[in-house]
Amino acid sequence: MPKRTDIKKILLLGSGPIVIGQACEFDYSGTQACKSLREEGYEIVLVNSNPATIMTDPEFADHTYVEPLTPEFVEYIIKKEKPDAILPTLGGQTALNIAMKLCENGVLEKNKVKMLGADYEVIKKAEDRECFKKAVQKIGLDVPRSAFAYNIVEARKAAEQIGFPVIVRASYTLGGTGGGFAYNMEDLEKVAALGIESSMIGEILIEESIIGWKEYELEVMRDHKDNVVIVCSIENLDPMGVHTGDSITVAPAQTLTDREYQNMRDAALAIIREIGVETGGSNVQFAINPLDGRMVVIEMNPRVSRSSALASKATGFPIAKFAAKLAVGYSLDEIQNDITKETPASFEPTIDYCVIKIPRFTFEKFPEAKDILGVQMKSVGETMAIGRTFKEALQKGLRGLEIGHVGLDNKLDYSAISEEKVQHRLEEPNASRIFYIKYALQKGWGVEKVAQVSRIDIWFIAHIKQILDLENTIKESFEKEKNISTSLLRKAKEYGFSDVQLAKLMKSSELEIRKVRKERGVIATFKLVDTCAAEFEAYTPYFYSTYETEDEAVIQIAKTATENGKKKKCIMILGGGPNRIGQGIEFDYCCCHAAFALNELGYDAIMVNSNPETVSTDYDISDRLYFEPLTFEDVMNIIDIEKPDGVIVQFGGQTPLNLAHKLNQAGVPIIGTSVESIDLAENREKFSELINSLGLKQPANGSAYSTAEAVTIAERIGYPVLARPSYVLGGRAMKIVYNQKALLSFIEEAAEVSEGQPILIDKFLNDAIELDVDAIADGKETFVAGVMEHIENAGIHSGDSACSLPPHSISDHLIKQVKDHTCKIAQALKVIGLLNIQYAIKDDEIYVLEVNPRASRTAPYVSKATGNPLAKIAAQVMTGRKLAEYNLSNDHIEKIKHFAVKECVLPFSKFSGVDVVLGPEMKSTGEVMGIADDFGEAFAKSQIAAGASLPKKGKVLISVRDEDKSAVVRIAKKLDAMKFSIVATLGTASLLKKEKIEVEQIQLTPDGKTDLNQILEMIKNDQIDLLINTPSGERSQSHMALMRASANLHNVPIITTLQGADAAVKGIEFMQNKEFKVKSLQEYFQMKNKVKSQDQKVCS
Amino acid sequence: MSKAILYLEDGVHFFGEALSFVGESAGEVVFNTSLSGYQEILTDPSYAGQIVVMTYPLIGNYGVNDEDSESSKVHVKGFIVKEFCRHHSNFRATKSLIEYLNEQNILAVEGIDTRALTRHLRVKGAMRGLISTKDFDLNSLAQKIKKVPSMEGADWVKEVTTKEKYIWKNSEDKESKQKYIVAAIDCGIKFNILRILTNKDCEVHVFPSNATVEEINKINPDGIFISNGPGDPAAVGHVKETIRAFLGKKPVFGICLGHQITGLALGGKTFKLKFGHHGANHPVKDLLDNRIGITSQNHGFCVDIDSLNKDDVELIDINLNDQTLEGMRHKKFPVLSFQHHPEAAPGPHDAQYLFDYFIEMMKEYKK
Repeated sequence: MPKRTDIKKILLLGSGPIVIGQACEFDYSGTQACKSLREEGYEIVLVNSNPATIMTDPEFADHTYVEPLTPEFVEYIIKKEKPDAILPTLGGQTALNIAMKLCENGVLEKNKVKMLGADYEVIKKAEDRECFKKAVQKIGLDVPRSAFAYNIVEARKAAEQIGFPVIVRASYTLGGTGGGFAYNMEDLEKVAALGIESSMIGEILIEESIIGWKEYELEVMRDHKDNVVIVCSIENLDPMGVHTGDSITVAPAQTLTDREYQNMRDAALAIIREIGVETGGSNVQFAINPLDGRMVVIEMNPRVSRSSALASKATGFPIAKFAAKLAVGYSLDEIQNDITKETPASFEPTIDYCVIKIPRFTFEKFPEAKDILGVQMKSVGETMAIGRTFKEALQKGLRGLEIGHVGLDNKLDYSAISEEKVQHRLEEPNASRIFYIKYALQKGWGVEKVAQVSRIDIWFIAHIKQILDLENTIKESFEKEKNISTSLLRKAKEYGFSDVQLAKLMKSSELEIRKVRKERGVIATFKLVDTCAAEFEAYTPYFYSTYETEDEAVIQIAKTATENGKKKKCIMILGGGPNRIGQGIEFDYCCCHAAFALNELGYDAIMVNSNPETVSTDYDISDRLYFEPLTFEDVMNIIDIEKPDGVIVQFGGQTPLNLAHKLNQAGVPIIGTSVESIDLAENREKFSELINSLGLKQPANGSAYSTAEAVTIAERIGYPVLARPSYVLGGRAMKIVYNQKALLSFIEEAAEVSEGQPILIDKFLNDAIELDVDAIADGKETFVAGVMEHIENAGIHSGDSACSLPPHSISDHLIKQVKDHTCKIAQALKVIGLLNIQYAIKDDEIYVLEVNPRASRTAPYVSKATGNPLAKIAAQVMTGRKLAEYNLSNDHIEKIKHFAVKECVLPFSKFSGVDVVLGPEMKSTGEVMGIADDFGEAFAKSQIAAGASLPKKGKVLISVRDEDKSAVVRIAKKLDAMKFSIVATLGTASLLKKEKIEVEQIQLTPDGKTDLNQILEMIKNDQIDLLINTPSGERSQSHMALMRASANLHNVPIITTLQGADAAVKGIEFMQNKEFKVKSLQEYFQMKNKVKSQDQKVCS
Repeated sequence: MSKAILYLEDGVHFFGEALSFVGESAGEVVFNTSLSGYQEILTDPSYAGQIVVMTYPLIGNYGVNDEDSESSKVHVKGFIVKEFCRHHSNFRATKSLIEYLNEQNILAVEGIDTRALTRHLRVKGAMRGLISTKDFDLNSLAQKIKKVPSMEGADWVKEVTTKEKYIWKNSEDKESKQKYIVAAIDCGIKFNILRILTNKDCEVHVFPSNATVEEINKINPDGIFISNGPGDPAAVGHVKETIRAFLGKKPVFGICLGHQITGLALGGKTFKLKFGHHGANHPVKDLLDNRIGITSQNHGFCVDIDSLNKDDVELIDINLNDQTLEGMRHKKFPVLSFQHHPEAAPGPHDAQYLFDYFIEMMKEYKK
């Protein structure tokens, strides 16, 4: 059957802000779905609150709503747009949950919206653990023993029957939130209480522990004719007990015989049929007892998932794209496999390489949290590596992780680690266990012992032993002969050893190894990812490197050149690698746009990236895709064969910038702002000179190369100071330091972060307003694309600060000055491409805080807020086009009639015990945008979208530092007038009383201090609807930390600055008096696919 | 480890390293794209006369066990992989693949760019190849390879068929009710076919491929099964004649080579595919109900659709990758055959239901 003609307009839900457990893989799936459905002529209405996504670019859908992803807002959009159908299976758990709600409250039925992909009953059956278990048992499959509980008494009873240890899982959550292990009753009570609270329906499952069993996952596709195919099998290196998102995983499954694999396949087919997922992708997880092969079903997702993105990238089979086509009525045999062009999609991909996925953690950002892994997901990103063997893939993956490892290296000296520590690090799953496997083997442990202690399959351990054995052979050979043979060198490369690793083993340098290698003909070859293990000719240029005899990229480049008469000019874009806090989807957005922009100008775009969640690693974004680690060696290998006419390093965040120097020295043609200018901006002394010479102001500052120097500088400029290492992104290790003691401990920490680079010390401007400016320059002209006013004070990392575009409290006069400053700096730095500057305004004086001549995190947000495609223009400018060729004007900011408020989303709930206070080190994982004609409305929307909706009524707890006490009166008065009741701590309360504001005061303890317990009780009992708490200095930060942590846990919105409180008041004012409106980006910017309907008033 | 060369008849050659068995061995080089199932592939008699290249680079991961062999020995002439696993892991494994290959005296080579080799075979077609661990002289190898017989016209069935008739017994103690007596003509039959038929209440009598119609009729079978097997179907004329004798008289069911020979018996022709179908991911459409199954395949020859008389023969299964014939039945007689392997082993079980058709035919016949 061809596509459905009874539907014309489809509503697609995105997944909202990036959070742990739900990252940019859903931008990838949503973008594919948009493209694939529009290709079929459907009109697409898209809702996603995340402005950093590619899918929310106005050209990807007909009606793009950057509005909160809540059932209420989606209902407004349904009423306005009247879609025929909703496709909820491509936007993660968020989209699925919203669709479920809209179904339950009758909105879909009332508005005659059909559900595509999976209907209510199916989702319920798959997601509700009890329903799922029953369904699985009905078809004769095995599941772990388990029982449900809705309170602690039931939980205790269930655990008694099942026997410890047990796993507790909360129903309807994502990323395993609210789950955990319990080894005894005491554990159980804690974990169960948390689980019941975090479940949408107060339900937990208590389950037989199958910790240590082998874990597998199958990716399944089904069409409406009941044709089912398995796209990929995945085997986890970390056995059961570690969330799949936090596990190192391998594709295809390695240690299953065909008989066992086919049994698993049969089970997956039976499950998808029994659950009844009509069309699209799903995944099913299994566990196998390594001793007897007993197979149990763990769970299924009736939607495209993180693993689907991985499976797509691992095989070349575009799951989301096909899922969208199947949803509108096609069957698998009616869809063509893009890669082979002659075979249909109704086949099972087979691969001729090994794929490994390694999660990336960010425990260094949350020193209070332990790096222990369990059933709750904690990783913030992942890298994927492809090799011909597991050994090669593993080492490529480890260097692609960008955490300072150059492979399975020797970062720690194994002899300095105690046996106990090794034992402990192997037993308890943690972020660096893979390296401890090697340390254990180096200490002489046998593979059997390592496998037994870690419960990781011996197959993996034995491969790691092979890597170690070869390393020892190289060392010995080098010690004996001061050289190694070409065959050994080749073998080392086949085992995935990087040049840096070899250089360390052979006391040489990376460049020297590279030279020798090339002289001896040991050079990387590129192979194609083609879904079919070379059985059919492939047309999709998706490559990975390995050390073999034939290079298919070279063959393809030559073939295309012959066909076209000559080689097309090509430009290489270096991507951002694995997501981390401070570097994620925003940079992928820029890289994708660069590819589109270059294509438009007739260049071939070559993409290099190692992150499987991204849109940029989709094979139809660029002309040639290289799925490779972003290291000097791996990038140079590609440059050697591609010989690009230009390389773009300013779009992928810090990752490619860190390579810029070496690439430049190697003669690589880096286009855009020169490496020298990038350096100038990073070099504090030279930069200060430049700022002075331009007649601009900077906070007093200095660079310290020694501890003594740092102390002197800090004393000269006066505490508090902002201290940070140079060359880092996301404010890594940046801190506001109030005294010398704190400075000394900071220096100790910083040494680890930026080896050999100076520490930068700035005067910290108390209570300044911070501005972020994004601009594009072509070497002469500068276009100021966006000026954003931070809602938080200066000193809070810009990535963590809510901000407003245009500024909501700055005079036009100051904005004009800021624009002038920006143009001056851009000119002085000879910027070609993107530029981001942070300014602080204090007492109407403008200070330049930081200049980054590269794409910023805010570039996509500015594009969505202003309608100007920043990254695209910048990429074209980098190839030599002039800004004058675009229709741009520098006074567009003053003309903007709406407000776009960006708010960040923080991962604190994932790391228990971590304080929620923001500082100069970035901690947020994602962002949302609220856009409206009124600032209050935009701010209120941004808060709803970020999951912390402002209250319309209720009780506000106010506790502010002394400096803010007088200013808070103004805010309290407004809240009072808006009928909020106010509770305050002693100081604040007495002041408010003086101002005749009715206020309840928090009790004092016998020793005269604020009774924290009373506050915690009130928060716990849901008596507080809003918390305004401005922390002062260091002492008070820890004092109130518990209060904020508790508020965070109980979903009470927290405001930590006065600016934030002002904005909140405006938002509440709006919510009390007016109704929310929804408006598409196409309407805001009067784009081509403009819709006729007017703004529609909807109820709030 | 000793150095080894794979020399192809067009002069292209690859170097690798052989496991402990050394010497020289020649055959038709084909590639198999299955990710798992090497034990089944090695012991599948249909690979007699062939050197098999596995496209998946890591082979031997789960060792070898006592239950998954498809015949009593390894049939391939040589086995080529990227890397053999040195430390297998699986609860059923009884030995490593390397041990097994050594025991079976198989020339097995690793360290070859199997993707480059596969691409070459895809472009140029399956061809003769010679593995040597002792002769690296290209001229000498070129001379030797000329003497290797071509797959076309070669009767490999006689090398693999049973010498004596026997009755199959499943190792599991499940009592077979033995409702049907099946005469299986062994052209290189895979054990899993016998296991499945026996599980479906058949008493399977396995006959040598040259068994006469009289010998077969002695057991008064309810159905005739013609098995899979190696080589050119056109070279096993005697089996074609046997089938002809049973057409319209007994239900006939053929798989793979058995299907091809059935095609010949029905007056059709067979031809050689460029590089064959060897893998576990081939989409086949059942033209009767339009459903698609993912099937296991292993064949170098194919029944020519155009050569079949459509008045007699109905096409019922078609390969969606290249539109070749995958299954047919006779319009009047109980004759049914499939090019792919419903018994899988290795591969998906999607087509296993086809055995029920055979049972149905026999049920009808018994009435």
